[in-house]
Amino acid sequence: MKTFLQLGLAATLSSMALGATAQTDIQWWHAMGGKNGELIQGMADQFNASQDKYKINPVFKGSYAETMTAAIAAFRAKQQPAIVQVYEVGTATMMYAKGAIYSVEKLMKDNNQPFERDGFVPAVISYYSTPDGELLSMPFNSSTPVLWYNKDALDKAGVSKIPTTWAEVGDAAKKLVDSGMKCGLSVGFQSWVLIENYSAWHNLPIGTLENGFGGLGTELVFNNEHVKKRLSILQEWTKDKRFVYGGRAGASLPMFTNGECGMWMNSSAYYGSIKSQAKFNFGQTMMPLDTLVADKPQNSIIGGATLWVLQGRPEAEYPGVAEFLAFLASPEVQSNWAMESGYVPITQDASNVMTVQGFYADNAGTDTAVKELSLNPPTANSRGLRFGNFVQIRDVINEEMESIWAGDKTADQAMDTAVERGNKLLRRFEKSVQ
Amino acid sequence: MLKRSHFQPSLLPYLLVAPQILITLVFFIWPALQALYESFYIQSAFGLGTTFVGLENFVDLWEDPLYIESVWRTFMFSGLVAILAMSLALLFAALADRVIRGAMTYRTLLIWPYAVAPAVAGALWIFMFDPTLGIVSYALDMVGVDWNQAVNGTQAMALVIMAAAWKQIAYNFLFFLAGMQAIPPSVYEAAAIDGASPMRRFWNITLPLLAPTTFFLLVMNVVYAFFDTFGIIDAMTQGGPANATEILVYKVYQDGFVGLDLGSSAAQSVVLMFIVIVLTVVQFKFVEKKVQYS
Repeated sequence: MKTFLQLGLAATLSSMALGATAQTDIQWWHAMGGKNGELIQGMADQFNASQDKYKINPVFKGSYAETMTAAIAAFRAKQQPAIVQVYEVGTATMMYAKGAIYSVEKLMKDNNQPFERDGFVPAVISYYSTPDGELLSMPFNSSTPVLWYNKDALDKAGVSKIPTTWAEVGDAAKKLVDSGMKCGLSVGFQSWVLIENYSAWHNLPIGTLENGFGGLGTELVFNNEHVKKRLSILQEWTKDKRFVYGGRAGASLPMFTNGECGMWMNSSAYYGSIKSQAKFNFGQTMMPLDTLVADKPQNSIIGGATLWVLQGRPEAEYPGVAEFLAFLASPEVQSNWAMESGYVPITQDASNVMTVQGFYADNAGTDTAVKELSLNPPTANSRGLRFGNFVQIRDVINEEMESIWAGDKTADQAMDTAVERGNKLLRRFEKSVQ
Repeated sequence: MLKRSHFQPSLLPYLLVAPQILITLVFFIWPALQALYESFYIQSAFGLGTTFVGLENFVDLWEDPLYIESVWRTFMFSGLVAILAMSLALLFAALADRVIRGAMTYRTLLIWPYAVAPAVAGALWIFMFDPTLGIVSYALDMVGVDWNQAVNGTQAMALVIMAAAWKQIAYNFLFFLAGMQAIPPSVYEAAAIDGASPMRRFWNITLPLLAPTTFFLLVMNVVYAFFDTFGIIDAMTQGGPANATEILVYKVYQDGFVGLDLGSSAAQSVVLMFIVIVLTVVQFKFVEKKVQYS
């Protein structure tokens, strides 16, 4: 009896082992912790259950910066994953690593997977495409800046119309402060919101050569009169708390959710956090228009991350990678991900599914991001940006903007210095990839 | 004249020091040489392209006014952290040395912070001082201090110095206390009989006899402040606002591991290594002369 059991056990084990070897393992490194991490595992499980040739293995690698660094270190040691999630500022570093990446569009074609370029939200894929329009990495989680507002506070301050221009934002901020609030407006990811998106929204160039899409010789040019003017007005606002700076990235979120600031400009992806933390009626609307600069807005640019496919894995893995990416872009999977996570759906079909299911109707304002992104066909100024060493350049911009808020520099000086320092970093990058 | 050797030459001593030598070679000499080598190149993140640039990485640093500022800032930061951490630890040790009842509990509590990871220490402090949620900033607000380390560079610097020093107090405390307990009670008793007050006994007996410990801790604290504080800075300010808390080691990390500019990062770590070597040599040459070991 005992031997019989052992035999049976051995047979089961070996059949399991056989099953495991027949499947091709595909590593996917990502930077999504918490609830989004669970959603990712769920998508992988769903895909793994749908077929038996490939097994997607999602591995959480920490922050965006950590995930990217880990993947690069692994590539240097020839231990890279097939798929890695990289944030938008790492795009130039990835795309100029010619021998390291496998263009997603080429991968799909090589493996006969459906790929409809026209089906994607234009401003989403333009950020990650070559100047010829070839999509290099698969958009995964995308968001865009919106204006968040505390409806109750605006009502109390007597602001009846939700601000749509910067002049109205200024008036509303004044009324909010007058009504006893500690701050009118705050902002997160200031470089992304107040420089990059402000420029795209008003169709102003951020850098030469189509914001860097045209080549490595690009130079920053955001130190123009419009950006400087807007920042110096904001500096003026800091004096009477119409504008209060609350730190980098999302550090100022509590200022909005605690009811200190009546308005907050930051990513649309904060929907979930605000919904769970704010004890007031809130809403989101499109970024304000600067009527001193333009008559109507252009379109916003995205933030977030995409999935890059790395070269150098065994041949057998790539058909599976292509199949999985097609699975992720399918309307059902994509709309589910967008509804659960709060990110922008990357295809029109997925967005339509959400409309049909009544998601936008039930969650007022959640379509703001998609609207901003697809407001107009992207121009050379609003397609996105492609600058090397952009992680450091954003730091430089953060530093210089902080010196504006602290009153140490004028907007004029700070922007000129930011551009000068940023251009040095661009030249270093140019040298590094040649 | 003595014979050259009284012992048969043996392999044993070499074998005994081998592990130590090996560890030094693998974990210090090798990486240091690698950094030195990489500091002469600009290379792409993936290591696909490498250009020899001679001393350009160093020249860039030298010509960058922000880098020079960061050097001075680092000296100020390290000096203040070392002074604050050591003087408070000395005070606590002197007090703990006199405690008889519950001494173990008291000491354990003082040593505890050492077990806290730098990132956690940073998170704790940033939470207490958060301009919106922090209990300390709330209290400061009541006495009329507008605390916002996200905007005010001086406040941010004060905060990281406090957090970095707090983290190191436990370590210093441990050594000071052990040093004090190694001083024979008879010395104090003799002084007490001669009519020396507790303060005088501290200044004229405890402090001089603690000189070797103090010297050792000075070296350790400076090295700590130079190298081990980036976790705290990363958790609290990320070098901001406007560079106010960007010390050299944080810049090495930021440029190398986040920005993936390995050439500049390597050059910076070579500079940092050089500074700490010089500092340590200076300490051993000049400060140690004043230390009495027995």
